[in-house]
Parts: sequence; C-alpha cells; structure tokens
Amino acid sequence: MDFSTFLIQCLNALQYGLLLFLVASGLTLIFGIMGVINLAHGSFYMMGAYMAYALAPIVASTFGGGFFSTLLVGVVLAVLLGYVLEWAFFSFLYEREHLQQVLMTYGLILVFEEMRSLLVGDEVHGVEVPAFLSGTLPLGEMMTYPVYRLFISGVCLALALGMYVVFTRTRLGMMIRAGSANREMVQSLGVDIKFLYRVVFAAGMAIAVLAGMVAAPVSSVYPGMGDTVLIICFVVVVIGGIGSIRGALLAALLIGVVDTFGKVLLPQAAGVLVYVLMALILLWKPDGLFKAA
Amino acid sequence: MKPTRVLFRTTLVAAATALLSTVAFAQAGAKLKVGLMLPYTGTFASLGNAIENGFKLYITEQGGKIAGREVEFVKVDDESDPSKATDNVNKLIKRDNVDVLIGTVHSGVAMAMAKVAKESGTLLIVPNAGADAVTGPMCAPNIFRSSFSNWQPGYAMGEVMAKKGIKKVVTITWKYAAGDESVRGFKEAFEKGGGTVVKELNLPFPNVEFQALLTDIAATKPDAVFTFFAGGGAVKFVKDYAAAGLKKTIPLYGSGFLTDGTLDAQGADAEGLQTALHYADSMEITKDKSFRLAYAKTYKLQPDVYAVQGYDAAQILGIGLKAVNGDLSKKAEFAAAVEAAKIDSPRGTFSLSKAHNPVQDIYLRQVTGKENKLIGIASKALADPARGCKM
Repeated sequence: MDFSTFLIQCLNALQYGLLLFLVASGLTLIFGIMGVINLAHGSFYMMGAYMAYALAPIVASTFGGGFFSTLLVGVVLAVLLGYVLEWAFFSFLYEREHLQQVLMTYGLILVFEEMRSLLVGDEVHGVEVPAFLSGTLPLGEMMTYPVYRLFISGVCLALALGMYVVFTRTRLGMMIRAGSANREMVQSLGVDIKFLYRVVFAAGMAIAVLAGMVAAPVSSVYPGMGDTVLIICFVVVVIGGIGSIRGALLAALLIGVVDTFGKVLLPQAAGVLVYVLMALILLWKPDGLFKAA
Repeated sequence: MKPTRVLFRTTLVAAATALLSTVAFAQAGAKLKVGLMLPYTGTFASLGNAIENGFKLYITEQGGKIAGREVEFVKVDDESDPSKATDNVNKLIKRDNVDVLIGTVHSGVAMAMAKVAKESGTLLIVPNAGADAVTGPMCAPNIFRSSFSNWQPGYAMGEVMAKKGIKKVVTITWKYAAGDESVRGFKEAFEKGGGTVVKELNLPFPNVEFQALLTDIAATKPDAVFTFFAGGGAVKFVKDYAAAGLKKTIPLYGSGFLTDGTLDAQGADAEGLQTALHYADSMEITKDKSFRLAYAKTYKLQPDVYAVQGYDAAQILGIGLKAVNGDLSKKAEFAAAVEAAKIDSPRGTFSLSKAHNPVQDIYLRQVTGKENKLIGIASKALADPARGCKM
C-alpha cells in the first residue's frame, strides 16, 4: 500500500466511523440514561432512510423544498413519533428487566418492518444526492472522493459537538445526567423526570432517523437495512462503554479503522475482526473504554 | 386419567387421522396440493411475490387444472432463514401433505429443502436459488430447478471477458455460497481463455461498506472488475463504484443480478454496464411477448427474471404431471418426461440436464436506460458441469 492509498483509506475509515457514531450515539444515550436496551434502534435508522426516499416528493410538492427541507421534516416527524412511542411503549420499560425490554423492542422491529412493507413496499430504492453536493474531489490518480461523503462526516461532527455542549454546558444536560444517576432524587427536587425522559428518547430517535436520512443516498434504501446496523451499533456501545458519548465516538472511529484496513489487509478475517477487537478491549477494560459520565 | 391411558388414546387418535388422510389422499382426481415455500418478508420479499405470480399465471392459463387435477396452494414464508427451513419443509410435507414443494430464493434455505426432499422423495422444484450443490452433490430424481446454477452466469461472463482480450481482473463479491460459486465459475472460464484473476476481494454478507475495497481496486489498477451482488447490495455497489470515479477508468462486468430489478434505484450509474444472465428485457421471442403481456394484464406489473422462473417451475410440473396422468407416485415416468422435454420458456427454449438443471443460453445484456438490453449470446446452451452429482 503506497502512501496516497493509505491516506485515502484513512479518509474512508473516518467517514465510516463517524456515520457509525451517529447511529450508535442515540442508542447509547437511551441505554445510558434510561437503562433501556432498544433493539428497535436499527429500525429507526431504516425509517430514516425510507423517509429520505418517500418524503422527498411529498415535501417538494408541499413546501417546494429540496433535500434540507426533507431532512427537517423527517427530524420533526421523528421527534413527534419518538415522543409518542415513549409514551405508548418505552415508558413501561424503565422498571423492567433487560430481558423483557429485549422482547418488546424485538416485537417492535417486526411491527416496523411490516409497516414499512405496507406503506412503501419491499423494493430497493436509490436516493439522489442534492445537486450542490454531488461533485467529486480528485484523489490520487485513479480515485475521486464524493463531496457528499465529506458532508456526512461534517453532519456527524457537528452533531457530536452539539451533544457534547448540551451535556456538559447546559441546565438540561445537567438534569439529564443527574436523572440517570438518581431518578428519585431528581424527581423530589421538582424536576419532571417523565417529561425529561420523553425528550431524551425523542432526541435519541431523531438522531437515528437523521443518520438514516443522511446515509440514504450512499447506502441506498432496502428492506432489512436496520438489522445489520443494529448489530454493529451494539458493538460500538459495548466497546465505548455503556452510556458514554465520548466512548461511542472513539469506539466508532476505532471500528472504522479496523473494518476498513481489515478488509484490505486481512480479507479472510474481515467479518470477525470487529468482534475480535471487542473481545480484546473487554479483556483489557471489562466496562468498555469509558464509564458513562 | 392415567398417563398410559392418555398415551394410548393419543396413539389411537393419531393412527385414525393418519389412516383417514391416506384414504383422502388416494382418491383419484383429488386436488393437487402445491406447497409454496418462498420469502414473503425481508430483502427477498419482492422476489418471492414475482415467483408466485409467475407460477400462478401458468396455472390460470391451464384453466386452473393440471392433468385434470385442481390446484390448491399452501403458502409458507421461509423468511430467507436457513435455521427455520427444515421445520417449515417438514410441516408442509407431514402436516399439510403437499404433493409438490416449490421453493425458494435463498440458497441456504433451498439446500435444507433439497436435503428433506432427497430423504423423503417429495417432488421439489427450485424456482430461483442457484446453489451449485442443489444439482450437484444433492441432486436426486425428484429434485428439479427452473432457474440456473450460480456457476452458469459467472462462467459465461468469463468466456466473454476472455474473448474481449481482457487480461487482468479483480473479482469482488460477498463471502457466501452464491458469491463464491459465481466467482468460481467466472474464474474457470476466464483463466481457460488466458486471463488472470489478480485479486479476489470479498466482504461478509450482507455488509455493504465497499469504500475500502474500491480504494484497493483503484490502487491495483486491473483491466476490468467482475462482480456478483444482488438486491440492495447491488444498488449500493454500482452507485459507489461510479461515485469513486472507477466507472470511467475500470470497466465493471457482472452476473446479471447486479442490474436486475435494481435499475430504478441505480439510475444513471448503471448505464452501459454489461452483465450475463439467462434472461433479458426486450427478448425478440414470441413466447416472451405473450408472457409479458399476460403478466402485465393480470398483475399490473412488469415481469422480471424471477417471474419467468416461477412460470417455468409450473411448466415443469405441468409437463411431468401430464405424462403420468396426474399420478405423482410414478416418479420415474415423471422425471423421464421432464428430462426429455423442450421447455418453451419466455427466456427461449431450454431443456434440463441429467442433474435437472436448465441447459440454457446465457445472454449478454447491456444497460440502456431502464432496461437490460440483449446485445448477444454470452454462452450457447450452457450446461452446468454438475460436479458431484450421482443419480
């Protein structure tokens, strides 16, 4: 591998890692703060991708907007839907055992898949990259790098920064952190913890939906796309440390590097390298890289 | 009640039911029970529907009866999950008493079906899954395939690319049976024709993070790339290949599934791609024209290769059943009739090999707009070598 190829692979690793972080951060948020294992998180990603495909024409004809209007509408819908889902299903799970949470959220996967099938069918779809992001940058002598992939990385970084600021610098973040540490105490101090959880859940879902929407043009839209993402997201959460946003970012980037270079240097083992990485890290740090702050 | 007594009664009831069902079963002209074991959910759901539509179209054309027997369907969703396959097949055979099994799309599930069919002697017609082994080591007098073996389109494309004078090729596919077998077929023909496969890239099924491998292809600088992907993965691969700027510099070839049922999603990125398959859009065959017309009229959809394979699965059943006057217990005559038949398919006439896999023309197609246009024949009357088949 010459140096320029190496650099391009680093870029690939970074972009893949950042996208993984975007999906996994919502999962680790919901897990870390409410203690809920949400298997349906991959379905939210799938919903986002299908929204990018199905909402675009509707948004265009209603508001005359393009790609960004679709993103906005999708995120608003996701927040509303997340709020309702929390009220209808997830609010019953906080006091339950993990096994029961897994069972119910698995049931939700089936419901969401079936609803997707009824609403938009089982076909594979592509989503167009908006015109101003459809350019490419020359890389080396053979390759070009799509501008849109840089845009994905940008969105992920902006979101990571935003989450960091909210958690460490705002009153809301402080309440959320306190609520995850001691629910009763926060409640007795007069904070509406139910509402707080609902907001966190809606935010977590919105992030996953946004990730799906942003990824749709490069990943295409197809049935069952949420399942693969879910598994790798759990790996991110476990390596990073449950509930830690920082850990999720680091773990996602690490997986990006291992997956990208593994595929090229050790193709025979490409499928298992990520899991080997997880095993090694857990041997060294049984709770993952970072404990939840 | 004592446990022994419970057991005794259960045995009695079971025996009586078994007796009754055999009596009902033996009535001449009884309904023909067809077990459709296809994917109705998940990635391959649309393929399962197309196969069923094609199958039922033939039955409708025959007036709802084959060899004087009315057809009744029992449907099971195989979920493309090999771990549930054996259970599902056994239910169809033992509980529903189906006369014939039709299935499926996923090679892993089809292998489990073939295993049970081979052991039980139940008639099985495979309308899609290309696992070489189904008409290889697993072959049996009662197992037929109306589609293809993974080896076939790969081998045909290898011949074409070698003839074009292409020397150095990189292959890329998922690391699973269909991908491996397709690439193996390609390699066999391509190396026979004087080419070299300089690198075999693969990634775990159904992973679609291609970017690292595309960078590797760019660094390797082969003359061309041969690939096998299907469904969502095929869409993404074609789009990523174009976005990485490789489409202009390194020509991409593939097994036909790369561009089948995916062109809407691939858009301009698929334009000009050449693939090999046993069917194409716009075939200038009378049978194809009438088939497409009837299909579109009945289902308000355009048929695809999967619909053709479903239709031909029903044709194979029809040919065999007519030869034995609806009596499926005459297995040897059934098989002999099908083996001797020239099957008039929308893909062109084909026959079945000794191992019961189609001996068929593999076409070279090129994507123009939203169609896989027929531009030539990649390999004439190509028969799968049926390695490991002993009947």
